[in-house]
Amino acid sequence: MSTHTNMAAKRKATDSRTETDAAKGRRRSPTRVNPALYLFPLPAVAIIAFFLVMPTLQAFQYAITDWNGFSATFNYVGLDNFVRAFTKDSLFTNALTNNLKFVLMVVIAQTAFSLVLALLLTKNSRGSILLRALFFFPTILSSVSVAFIWKFIYDPNFGLANAVLGGVGLEALQGSYLGNNSQALYWVAVTQVWFHAGQMMVVYIAGLQAIPRELYEAAEMDGAGRWQQFKSITWPFVAPATSIVVAYTTVQSFKAFDLILGIAGNPPKQSLDILSTRIYSTFANSEFGYAAAQSIIFMAMIALVTWLQRRLLRLTPKGE
Amino acid sequence: MLASLSRRAILGIYAVIIIVPLTVVGFGSFKSTQELFAGPFSLPQSLSPSNYAEVIGGQDLGSSFTNSVIVTAISVPLTLLLASLAGYAISRLKGFMAWAIFGFLVLGMAIPAQANMVPLYVLFGRLGLLDSLAGLVLANVVSTLPIAVFILGGFMRTLPKELYEASSIDGSGPWKTYVSIALPLSAPSVAAAAIFLFVIHWNELLYPLLFIQSPGNRTLPLALLSFQGEFQTNYPLLFAGVILASLPVVVAYVFLQRYFVAGITAGATKG
Repeated sequence: MSTHTNMAAKRKATDSRTETDAAKGRRRSPTRVNPALYLFPLPAVAIIAFFLVMPTLQAFQYAITDWNGFSATFNYVGLDNFVRAFTKDSLFTNALTNNLKFVLMVVIAQTAFSLVLALLLTKNSRGSILLRALFFFPTILSSVSVAFIWKFIYDPNFGLANAVLGGVGLEALQGSYLGNNSQALYWVAVTQVWFHAGQMMVVYIAGLQAIPRELYEAAEMDGAGRWQQFKSITWPFVAPATSIVVAYTTVQSFKAFDLILGIAGNPPKQSLDILSTRIYSTFANSEFGYAAAQSIIFMAMIALVTWLQRRLLRLTPKGE
Repeated sequence: MLASLSRRAILGIYAVIIIVPLTVVGFGSFKSTQELFAGPFSLPQSLSPSNYAEVIGGQDLGSSFTNSVIVTAISVPLTLLLASLAGYAISRLKGFMAWAIFGFLVLGMAIPAQANMVPLYVLFGRLGLLDSLAGLVLANVVSTLPIAVFILGGFMRTLPKELYEASSIDGSGPWKTYVSIALPLSAPSVAAAAIFLFVIHWNELLYPLLFIQSPGNRTLPLALLSFQGEFQTNYPLLFAGVILASLPVVVAYVFLQRYFVAGITAGATKG
């Protein structure tokens, strides 16, 4: 059937060729485009408007109510939910503090470590390509899978970490990892870096490979040492990659929801509660208005931290 | 000399930190709990699939697997279709409109799904989409459409305009040009985006957790998460679940590694 219409369309197109040619001057002027083109983005625009933009705007409305999610009525409570989050709810401030700590640790550790891996694997040798594929591998796993693997590594009684330490005679360093509330968050940060460092390494390798080799040759002729070369060539040249890595890692570690739930259970204990898991718990507790207010604080935090990083990164000297 | 030694040491140690846990999980999925705890690093005494039988049959991971396949198999192509249609239009429209449509669609990347859970849950409730696979498909499409538009639209904008012009002189309408010119020429970018979406949709946990109530509608990540409470330290069962949940992605990674790196990195650098 469609072939038939196609052929008909083609015939018609041939018949009216002369007419089309005459009209071409007008048709191809930069201001006129085929109006049918406006239909193409329509489904995507409609879906985003209805299921993403509208709900987000609605979150602002819910945030100033005490709605519980099912009753027909609710009261507008002004900024009470926001005041409650920051002044009366230690569970929320605890999650906020944990989240900021987690982001800071992961961003520093993952950026540094992925850069080191990239520096060691910049050259396209066979071994490098193989190791890159290996280091990238954890990124493709699901967070829950990664959480289970590391739950076993950290298991205080049967886990791999303590087994290895015991095997090499370092019993003194054995610990209870996630069981130790003052350390649990650090160990999850280690897991997060293991999970995604390979991905960020790939971003850095692309940046490193774009640096012209002549620069290093010239620097070497000038007698610059390795550290000097890193400081004055490599670091300024990978600055764009660094800002990508930092920005992405920040958002990624703000959203470590799946990993935390997988490793700590649902709901997670306080020492491992972060903003997204807290919002989920508030939501599950049928406090929809309050959860919406927490969501808005969450979005604002991501925006604030990202903005701060942009400012800080701009302060670092580039290629003096 | 020293530098090369420390290079080898760092790379070697990190390779071990990745390979050993994965091997332990692979071997462990065939062991009993006692066997795993007695020798986590040793080869399994037998390749008895009893843990797999238990999670697939006993815990119904099989139906979760099917659900995951259905959801991913629909949501990935659907996202690609919508995103490529939009990206194509953006690459051909000029001036303010192109910019406005692109900006509107891509702006969504700034809204984290986790910040949207309350209103989306309410909306899905009103539309009767809770506890259904259709709802999961829609949620996947919504959450990844912005980044897919960014990747595909960004690529399509680099296609030479002359190709489009030549095609419209030949009498092809916009649809025909999309199918026969824009899509085939964007194949590498579509492949990269497809892989990116596949990994995200296959591993998605938040939406199933929010929306799904009946065990029969669970996807793999949600089913796995429920293991965490049930089997506390029955690691061999957890490991069998991990292997089953990871298998399709791992197999794809082995064969399509180049696209994985391109796709997931495109998602990262543009996200």
